[in-house]
Amino acid sequence: MAYELVVVGCSWGGLAALGRLLDHLPDGVDLPVVVAQHRGPDSLRGALEATLRRRLERPVVEVEDKDPIALGRVYIAPPDYHLLVEPGSFALSVDERVRHARPSIDVLFESAADAYGERVIGVVLTGANEDGAAGLARIAERGGAAIVQDPGTAEAREMPEAALAAAAAATVLPLEGIGPHIAELCAVGVS
Amino acid sequence: MALQVETQAGEGTSREELERVEIDLLLEGIYRRYGFDFREYAPASLRRRLWRRIHAERLESVSGLQEKVLHDPVCMERLLLDLSINVTAMFRDPSFYVAFRREVAPLLRTYPFTRIWVAGCSTGEEVYSLAILLAEEELYERTRIYATDINEAVLDRARAGVFALDKMQAYTENYIKAGGTRAFSEYYVAAYDGVQFARSLVENVVFAQHNLVSDRSFNEFNVIVCRNVMIYFDRSLQGRVHRLFYESLAPLGVLALGHKESLASSPHAEAFEELDAEEKIFRRVR
Ligand SMILES: C[S@@+](CC[C@H](N)C(=O)[O-])C[C@H]1O[C@@H](n2cnc3c(N)ncnc32)[C@H](O)[C@@H]1O
Repeated sequence: MAYELVVVGCSWGGLAALGRLLDHLPDGVDLPVVVAQHRGPDSLRGALEATLRRRLERPVVEVEDKDPIALGRVYIAPPDYHLLVEPGSFALSVDERVRHARPSIDVLFESAADAYGERVIGVVLTGANEDGAAGLARIAERGGAAIVQDPGTAEAREMPEAALAAAAAATVLPLEGIGPHIAELCAVGVS
Repeated sequence: MALQVETQAGEGTSREELERVEIDLLLEGIYRRYGFDFREYAPASLRRRLWRRIHAERLESVSGLQEKVLHDPVCMERLLLDLSINVTAMFRDPSFYVAFRREVAPLLRTYPFTRIWVAGCSTGEEVYSLAILLAEEELYERTRIYATDINEAVLDRARAGVFALDKMQAYTENYIKAGGTRAFSEYYVAAYDGVQFARSLVENVVFAQHNLVSDRSFNEFNVIVCRNVMIYFDRSLQGRVHRLFYESLAPLGVLALGHKESLASSPHAEAFEELDAEEKIFRRVR
């Protein structure tokens, strides 16, 4: 069976890390990449999208409610909404913040695991809190692939460390190694 | 002869799919037993809420919750509270109110009288915000606002107009960013359990219970505001609610949605033009 979706979580300040990861994602990988990054509720709508778009060949879109999930794109959670994955499409919610965060990485990851089971690849990057740990554990538990940025290379190591504590079997890699590893996973398929 | 149990193609072949079956059965049961219809709510967010209740009741599965909820109305009440998402704020998304002042207020000025429907108004913060804007634009006197929600409890709070004191700083900042022309504190006074907003702001407001899933159109409106409500519905229910709004809009009426919503699921999308694409303000032209 093939992987169908990559979900990525990083917290405020993770933009450089995210850009680096996406720069090193081989062109041949056409899985949709879905990103939840913590931002202030006032952060400019579309700002993250615009920054990434300037830098990447791939189309980058800030998700709107019920958008279908299409191959080859990078999807960004809009500020002040939770982003959830359903089979084949996205949904947004304005539910309370989870661990002070909206978008919450856990909400994105858990919904992805529920909708796509073992066909999900989850990636936790730099961040100064514990969001993403429970979500990554859920992905691993459902048979998906878990990847964590090497805490030693992360600007803030709390988030990758918490993710590793929750999903011990996750693959630990520096940013440049994550894209090629995703390409390998795609070539081999879900084990 | 031994019968072999096989699962239907596409059904019950994985844990996720089996759970989808359980959730469908639970929602059908709730509908038939209690009349609350969540069958076409967006599944991912619904699922999170259901599991929160399952854990709180110390149960282990959706089927376990089904058994309990169907036999125990008190448990159903607890679940209803979990399923009701009433998060709101005054002047949430200030840029929306700026656009409303710029694009919609001039239109309303051309009418002697206007009716506005705020659908899914929750505890009323959005209604008070709109009333303040209309008052400052000198339009409030000739406006009637119909503010509806499925949930009676939030409507009571909306009618009372008492909001938490610790929110006022953020609301004041929103008000200023939203283009407010006075001092925000002119609109409220301190009350013993928060701040009480001016009764004059709701003089022309009718708060009423209305269910977007099952109730019909009840008037013709010049403006319909429905923000961050339909995101909780699946696409087919969104389509039906869009039809309801279309049928409830006067010619050249305005429809305002949340920042990240669209007319994509509306069967009448081509009947609208954009007044402000960013702020999701549309005008019915056909
Ligand atoms: C997240 S709040 C949005 C409040 C406000 N419109 C805003 O944007 O700040 C969603 C509201 O929709 C209401 N709602 C949910 N389902 C509904 C239905 N079927 N009919 C009417 N209102 C509904 C809920 O009770 C809740 O108050």
